[in-house]
Amino acid sequence: MSGRLTECFATLKEDNRKALIPYITAGDSNPTITVPLMHRMVEAGADIIELGVPFSDPMADGPTIQLACERALEHHTSLHDVVDMVTEFRQTNTTTPIVLMGYLNPVEAFGYEEFAKAAKECGIDGLLTVDLPPEESTQLVAVLKKYDIDPIFLLSPTTTEDRIGKIVHAGSGYLYYVSLKGVTGSSALNVDEVATNVAKIKTQTTLPVGVGFGIKDAESASAVAAVSDGVIVGSAIVKIIENNPDDTDTILDQIGALLSSMREAMDK
Amino acid sequence: MSTVRTETVNGRKNSQIKNDLNDHDLSNVDLSTIDWDNLADENGHFGIYGGCFASETLMEAIQELDEAYNSLKNDPEFQASYDNDLRNYVGRPSPLYHAERWSKQLGGAQIYLKREDLNHTGAHKINNTIGQALLAKHMGKPRIIAETGAGQHGVATATIAARLGLECVVYMGEVDVERQAPNVYRMKLLGAEVRPVSSGSKTLKDALNEAMRDWVTNVDNTFYCIGTVAGPHPYPSMVRNFQTIIGREAKEQCLEQTGRLPDALIACIGGGSNAIGLFHEFLADLDVKIYGVEAAGHGLATGEHAAPLSMAKPGVLHGNRMYLMADKDGQVVEPHSISAGLDYPGVGPEHCLLKDLGRSHAVAVTDDEAMEAFHSLTRIEGIIPALESSHALAYAMKLAPTMDKDKTIIINLSGRGDKDINTVAALEGIKL
Repeated sequence: MSGRLTECFATLKEDNRKALIPYITAGDSNPTITVPLMHRMVEAGADIIELGVPFSDPMADGPTIQLACERALEHHTSLHDVVDMVTEFRQTNTTTPIVLMGYLNPVEAFGYEEFAKAAKECGIDGLLTVDLPPEESTQLVAVLKKYDIDPIFLLSPTTTEDRIGKIVHAGSGYLYYVSLKGVTGSSALNVDEVATNVAKIKTQTTLPVGVGFGIKDAESASAVAAVSDGVIVGSAIVKIIENNPDDTDTILDQIGALLSSMREAMDK
Repeated sequence: MSTVRTETVNGRKNSQIKNDLNDHDLSNVDLSTIDWDNLADENGHFGIYGGCFASETLMEAIQELDEAYNSLKNDPEFQASYDNDLRNYVGRPSPLYHAERWSKQLGGAQIYLKREDLNHTGAHKINNTIGQALLAKHMGKPRIIAETGAGQHGVATATIAARLGLECVVYMGEVDVERQAPNVYRMKLLGAEVRPVSSGSKTLKDALNEAMRDWVTNVDNTFYCIGTVAGPHPYPSMVRNFQTIIGREAKEQCLEQTGRLPDALIACIGGGSNAIGLFHEFLADLDVKIYGVEAAGHGLATGEHAAPLSMAKPGVLHGNRMYLMADKDGQVVEPHSISAGLDYPGVGPEHCLLKDLGRSHAVAVTDDEAMEAFHSLTRIEGIIPALESSHALAYAMKLAPTMDKDKTIIINLSGRGDKDINTVAALEGIKL
């Protein structure tokens, strides 16, 4: 298990705070903005960063993340580039955990072993591949564990108790609970249902549970934080980039302001 | 992903087919020992290919489908209603037609056409949609969704949805909506909603992405009817099982008409459903040569093609591992083919394994060669073939002359070309 993720959640627990986990797609809207944006998000209160690896066919994502992938791919942002970005980020930040999130094929093209080795060297802490359920993950998980990279898995409202058991067994670092049926960027969030399902997951594991999908402002962040260990914010952040693709200052300022407001509401 | 699981599931016979990314060389496998009906393990792994690479949000729906299909596939009542529909609604068996004049012109082997173009809705696709729609009905799903490229699968889905009173939504890339306009209108007439997809390359793969998004969102009431032998397990096996009627009939008809098995089979391969439908029944007949014809588009060397078996490496997309056209970074490459039904960057996992085993041969023909075959069959036999099937015909034009006159080839004439006349006319500068 990665030191940074364990330490991060342990510290949060001591302080009685919940993790704020923003997601951005690497290379969106251009590769030069990604590292400065990561630093700004940490300044604004991010505890962990989920860095999206662009993919040509992001089937589990809604239009917002899909367009982010398309913008990043216009600049040919590859998994190799993402590794370089993390290397650059680590020159001045050695503590904030970084989890890559994406689809399996870029990792297969890189090579499992080669990727895990590069990830370890540059300071990547976890990997979430959306289209890799635990049933298919044996080979990749073994390689990741060898290099102390946490395999992060999704859980959904439809995940059966039996499969919750499999998933918590395969995963480490934290678990990502998808709060609703649908793709990223969907709207209807039911906090009571989230609370019930997170509690159900917690009966089978001591791993922290982060909740994503449908969190877009300080209010929803604070509500979800109250019933989980962390709040994952993706589309609401990426939407800011979509609205200001050529304006780096506005992107940094607006995303910084959104995260600060969430941080404040969550810590109240 | 251990080799051990494959051994215990498949029994000793298929233990040589390994599911290990680091060690899956099959060049030394003795084909006479293979159990061809059970190439996949219980989780749908055809060696390293296939499997179930789906997001967690879909897993429950996929497992529900798997259980429902498993409980029904050997159910005599379900089978009887499926068989009844194939006979009385689709018009099966489809004929096996000896194309004597065309064979003579090519000057070699005798060519027999499996006339899937004569099915209701004009292609093999309906064999599968009837099976899946009956399953949807049985599972109590009132809404059925599908992706379509050429529109044949969309039409076949809309058709059976109309008959069973199911709501039907079909996803279709904008490019395909344009080039297959007649089929779009047919689907609308049948009461389906056609949703054009404007993301990515705006073709079949993007339609599939969008259909998967719909399924994730509406998983409670929606059945996803996949049109080809790809996708997460159990789709590749299930769709194949609904299509193997093609090969079973063809074998019986060939024996009846010629007194022996064919020497070669030819079918076009996009995702591969018509091809596996023909091939599967003959896999154990090792003397029958098998050719899967991919779309070489503007030519394999140009990179503008849809020929993953011929040109690509394994990758993961749309729920399964398969030969996948992708760049060095693992991004899926936009394929090209004149034929919308072949315009797909991947290919069903069973075809991938058959190729690795050397049981089938992957070949490819260009847009131009397919067009030439289209015209040739139309003028000489009075049969207008689909542009997809024209790829199989084009390869026969190369293969038949190299074979003796007493040899036989069965070609799967998977669909009729009425839907393509706008495309063909445009190529000739004619506005209809």
